[in-house]
Amino acid sequence: MQSLLELMGHAHEQISQAASLAALDQVRVLYLGKSGLLTEQLKQLGKLPHEERKAAGAEINNAKQALTLAIEDRKQSLQAEALDARLQAEKVDVTLPGRRMDTGSLHPVTLTIQRISEIFAQLGFSLAEGPEIEDDFHNFTALNIPESHPARAMHDTFYMDSGLLLRTHTSSVQIRYMEHNPPPLRIIAPGRVYRCDSDMTHSPMFHQVEGLMVDEDVTFADLKGILEAFFKAFFEVDELPTRFRATFFPFTEPSAETDIRCVHCGGDGCRVCKGTGWLEVMGCGMVHPNVLKNVGIDSEKYTGFAFGFGVERLAMLRYQINDLRVMFDNDVRFLKQFG
Amino acid sequence: MKVSEKWLREWIDTPQTLDAIADKLTMSGCEVEARDPVATAFTGIVVGHVLEREKHPDADKLSVCKVDNGQGETLQIVCGAQNVRAGIKVPLALIGAVLPLPDGKELKIKKGKLRGVESFGMLCSSTELGMSDKSDGLLELPQDAPVGADIRNYLKLDDEVIELAITANRGDCMSMIGVARETALVMDVPLHVPEIPAQAAHHDDAFPVDIQAADACPRYAGRIIRNINPQAPTPVWMQEKLRRAGIRSISATVDVTNYVLLELGQPMHAFDLDTLQGGIVVRYARDGETLVMLDGQTATLRSDTLVIADAAKPVAMAGIMGGEPTCVTASTRNVFLESAHFRPAKIMGKARSYGLQTDSAARFERGVDPDMPFKAMERATQLIVEICGGEVGPLVDTCADASVLERKSILLRPERIRRVLGVVMDDAGVEGVLARLNCEFSKSDAGWQVQAPLARFDLTIEEDLIEELARVRGYDSIPAELRARAPRIAQPSETAVGQGRLRNLLVARGYQEAVTFSFVDPKMELTLAPTADNITLANPISADLGVMRSTLWSGLLRSVAYNLNRQQYRVRLFEIGPAFHQDADGKPQQRTMLSGMITGNLYPEQWGQANRPVDFYDLKGDVEALLEQVTGTQFYFAPVAHAALHPGQSAEIMTQRDVVGWMGALHPRIEEKLGLEQPVYLFEVDLGLLTQRTLPKYQAISRFPAIRRDLALLVKQDVLAVALENAVKKTAIPQLVSYYLFDVYSGKGIPDGQKSVALSLILQDFSRTLEEAEINRIVDAVIASLQKEVGAVLR
Repeated sequence: MQSLLELMGHAHEQISQAASLAALDQVRVLYLGKSGLLTEQLKQLGKLPHEERKAAGAEINNAKQALTLAIEDRKQSLQAEALDARLQAEKVDVTLPGRRMDTGSLHPVTLTIQRISEIFAQLGFSLAEGPEIEDDFHNFTALNIPESHPARAMHDTFYMDSGLLLRTHTSSVQIRYMEHNPPPLRIIAPGRVYRCDSDMTHSPMFHQVEGLMVDEDVTFADLKGILEAFFKAFFEVDELPTRFRATFFPFTEPSAETDIRCVHCGGDGCRVCKGTGWLEVMGCGMVHPNVLKNVGIDSEKYTGFAFGFGVERLAMLRYQINDLRVMFDNDVRFLKQFG
Repeated sequence: MKVSEKWLREWIDTPQTLDAIADKLTMSGCEVEARDPVATAFTGIVVGHVLEREKHPDADKLSVCKVDNGQGETLQIVCGAQNVRAGIKVPLALIGAVLPLPDGKELKIKKGKLRGVESFGMLCSSTELGMSDKSDGLLELPQDAPVGADIRNYLKLDDEVIELAITANRGDCMSMIGVARETALVMDVPLHVPEIPAQAAHHDDAFPVDIQAADACPRYAGRIIRNINPQAPTPVWMQEKLRRAGIRSISATVDVTNYVLLELGQPMHAFDLDTLQGGIVVRYARDGETLVMLDGQTATLRSDTLVIADAAKPVAMAGIMGGEPTCVTASTRNVFLESAHFRPAKIMGKARSYGLQTDSAARFERGVDPDMPFKAMERATQLIVEICGGEVGPLVDTCADASVLERKSILLRPERIRRVLGVVMDDAGVEGVLARLNCEFSKSDAGWQVQAPLARFDLTIEEDLIEELARVRGYDSIPAELRARAPRIAQPSETAVGQGRLRNLLVARGYQEAVTFSFVDPKMELTLAPTADNITLANPISADLGVMRSTLWSGLLRSVAYNLNRQQYRVRLFEIGPAFHQDADGKPQQRTMLSGMITGNLYPEQWGQANRPVDFYDLKGDVEALLEQVTGTQFYFAPVAHAALHPGQSAEIMTQRDVVGWMGALHPRIEEKLGLEQPVYLFEVDLGLLTQRTLPKYQAISRFPAIRRDLALLVKQDVLAVALENAVKKTAIPQLVSYYLFDVYSGKGIPDGQKSVALSLILQDFSRTLEEAEINRIVDAVIASLQKEVGAVLR
């Protein structure tokens, strides 16, 4: 049996030296294949005396089993090594940027309008719109601004030869909406408006959001409540002092200018609020009975409030933009900041 | 309206600071827009008397003066002002005086030497005292100014001017009396307005007044004053009050009318009586009549314009501006004073229509107390006589329409107050405010019957009074209420194609959203849309923003150029917004368009994939992705000629019914015109035609395997992909569930004029696995159709 021991010694040596699965398989065939060295030994058993045959057979079988196990072990470790090597080879630099189309961005005016719309949607306000080329009636007369009224002169209106005009405010949408929809009403109307005025702080085109609520029981207290809630929501603060100053708009009475506590300095006074601690952000008031009359709504039965604010103004405050004109240059380096 | 604090405090009695007053006025509707001290905080300046003036021996522009400082000294002072001369009285800054400068530094007066001559102080202009932005030389003080007196005390310079923004409804606040009344009202303090004494007539001379336009001029007060001294100087107190209100002193008579306008809000006019013929006629102008105005311009009058005329000619544009030939001058001794009431509706807009803007028109447009002409006349008479002397004639107050003095009775109901303001006010509170407003009122079952004072002509309806209640008590006193209301649950439409959806899609595909002006350069419009029926602005902000855009491309191209000029070579922009045109009837039409533009490389600079400039199909992929949002509608692309687009890369986007848009490469000629050095691809779709999508409806998925068969075909070069698609579609085989082109090739190995097209067919049955024979039959049918329809042959 010396030869079996020797054989096994060689076999184990070869198994451990097999550097690949293919080499290992060659070792397996060499010993365990159909004409392998161990298989040959089994074939030789017949030549042994009967009494030795059993023990020798068992010995060879044990050796065979041991060899099979050893090969399997070696195979597993070779496989693990191969996987390791592959994983090593497939390593990537995870810090390299991903392969993709870059994403774009929405204009800050759109972001602001969307934000305003979402907040007012929670209060049951739906969206309305109207034409930007308007007639005198919807932009002025129906809003209680008679012809030649000094309030009209302040609007710096763009006119067409036909006498039509570019709406100077989104308040015209109030009229159009009320002409076709009976109360109760809760709408906001975002859109472009136009004033014949252009300098550092005025653009001949800008955006407003008009709001209107008409019902049997809408009061100035509701106006204050809803607008205060809006500004807190818009600037994401739990406390934001507001103040309502009396003013005059032909289409509301009482009318107010709304100031909010400066969101930059918290009221200490800074460049943004021109040292006053307050930011003028909106005009509002109770819908003038003449306006309701002009659209056929019974002003005894219904009351309402309306408000309007400049979208650019809010966007500039929210995103700390200090130059109105960059809003319309469409420089991609500006636009990308809102992605 | 510029208001001097000192003047205001003559009439209202309050210990409150100007800060408190300004805050209250701002909160109650008269916004304080600015506050300025009337002079800087200088020290050490007194009234000086120039006794002698000699030329400086070594400097042409300098004078050497001997100035009495009022303290027994005569100072030698070198002065550079042109108007310095012996005898005048001027502000004298003594040695040690400190003058703050506009840049925040200060000037300390020391003994100095100018070109070798010693100077012991400085003579001052109004600018140096911080009283004005510019001046023509030394500030000349009246001859009776006490030499040596502190100039601050003499001119009452410890004063501030607040500038109030008067709203269009509060014409009554365009006067000191109005502001004082308003201040007293909102501060709840007493108002002391001095009585205006009636002026006794010295003679009976009256100038006839004939009001022929009572609708526009219900009341006209006139008076003759004879033998005034036209050279009488305006007293310094009046000059200072006028100056602080922003009005320049002209002559005593004119200054008095301006002063009364400021004090009482009643515009007046002084005519040189000797230039008037016959009598005053208040009438409308005759078309084409001319009038040389005070500002020297000749106005050609229209018949909608009210004029003051004499027997021969118009002498003033009523309520707006007087005429030059009849105005008072330095030699006028006999004056006819006018103090009239004109209805706002008849004055509104008139000044502007003649290119004029006057203090008088600003007041009459907004309204003036109709009871003021009489009082104002007495006040002006009093002041003229005080200053210029003269013999007063009778005050002739012609009232052509007494209704102007009637006061409407307004019903004010407690319930209405609650319904508008949301607060319940007790009776005492309401009546308190009404009393402070000087209203007459009586309580009735319904509420109060209120008559507002004539001075508050803006109060005509119940809401006006409710607003007064609110603002006088303060808007702060009204609580902010956030009430629960009946919920209104909208039914959000799932089949509406919202703009948000399209925006987000484009953003995900790398587009930046732009916002461009709705008015554009007419030349650009003509280039891009030569057939559009544009709407032109009558008064554009500039010529290159003169027409309303018919396409968003005009503005977007300008933005693309803006970026390319700033080294931003990869630009992907889109905009959603209105475009305008006129229809066949000339009516303006507004459509909401979605436009996009791409130029430069497909990807941003990166390492991971081969980059290349964008092309037609990159844009088309984006457009298709957009159109896929509008499910349930089939869209077609067809080659089309478009003025703005490259003739070989230009497509019309259609549904069965409408053309919804265009896309393609910008025409190279336009590229060159705009100086764009790289191709630009652009699209525009009409969102009004892309509003609805279908609600998804579940379709069962086949459990049986799908089979793919690829066909390699040869077709003529000009066969469109859509023709191949139509040929396949025409077979109408239900098992042919999908098909797509996966290769298009022409060149080496393909005959000239032909192209190779690879088409993949996906076959699947819903109820079983397809067998080979069936598959072959289907494929043969497709090949046959392709052959028949487009002449395709298998390669």
